[in-house]
Amino acid sequence: MTGLGPARFRVTRADLVRYAGASGDFNPIHWSDRVATSVGLPGVIAHGMFTMALAGRAVSEWAGGAANIVEYGVRFSRPVVVPDDESGVEIEVTGELGETSDDGTAPITVTCVCDGQQVLGMAKAVVRRTDPVA
Amino acid sequence: MAVSPELAGRTFPPTAPYAVSAAKIREFALAIGVEPAEDAPPTFPIVVAFAAMQQLMHDPEVGIELHNVVHRDQRFVQVRPIRAGDALTATLTVETLRQAAGTDLIGTRTEVTDASGELVTTAYATLAHRATEVSV
Repeated sequence: MTGLGPARFRVTRADLVRYAGASGDFNPIHWSDRVATSVGLPGVIAHGMFTMALAGRAVSEWAGGAANIVEYGVRFSRPVVVPDDESGVEIEVTGELGETSDDGTAPITVTCVCDGQQVLGMAKAVVRRTDPVA
Repeated sequence: MAVSPELAGRTFPPTAPYAVSAAKIREFALAIGVEPAEDAPPTFPIVVAFAAMQQLMHDPEVGIELHNVVHRDQRFVQVRPIRAGDALTATLTVETLRQAAGTDLIGTRTEVTDASGELVTTAYATLAHRATEVSV
């Protein structure tokens, strides 16, 4: 096993607005405190898909490009609450690269932590190894 | 209200072709903080898969209450990266339906295909639908 990362990403409300526009997911729990609290959340939360994308950004870098990602999956285990301030919140992504199989792919177990707690569960990627090592 | 048990196995009609532009890939890349490249980022297929999910969630016969839905997990199996010029169609099938403790767990498989019908990505998602009203 080879340790990868950590990669750190800061998430602010502005990032959520930008992601909503780019992805087409305008669910108000990602931009309205009023709606978020009305459904029992502590406040506006990041799109799970945004957190997945940020962790995927780290995986793409480790894999030497998005084209080397064969498979990538996560469970949204805990919401990332994003405060309405300048600094937002930080998420930290680390990975463990497993053995390369005969087919030239290797698994990466991904850990994504925010505020000391895992926000993605069972996060795993399968990447095509472009170099002969590991 | 729980969704109909007959939902399991149902395949929804393909979504209208989505023309992928370099500008859209660039917008998505910048939104997640990566340098825009020819290949779209690995989670970009959600843009197309989302339309198929919306079809499922808005179908009155399915009986999903939107405010009771939580995206539980997501997985992409990528055949090739998406590029500008692709015309993509998403076809969603409800693969599994488990109903327990007032929650419907709806397991979906969405095949994203290009204009020639070749598979580009398969997107798997589980939606958790709280079937009974919980008073807060």
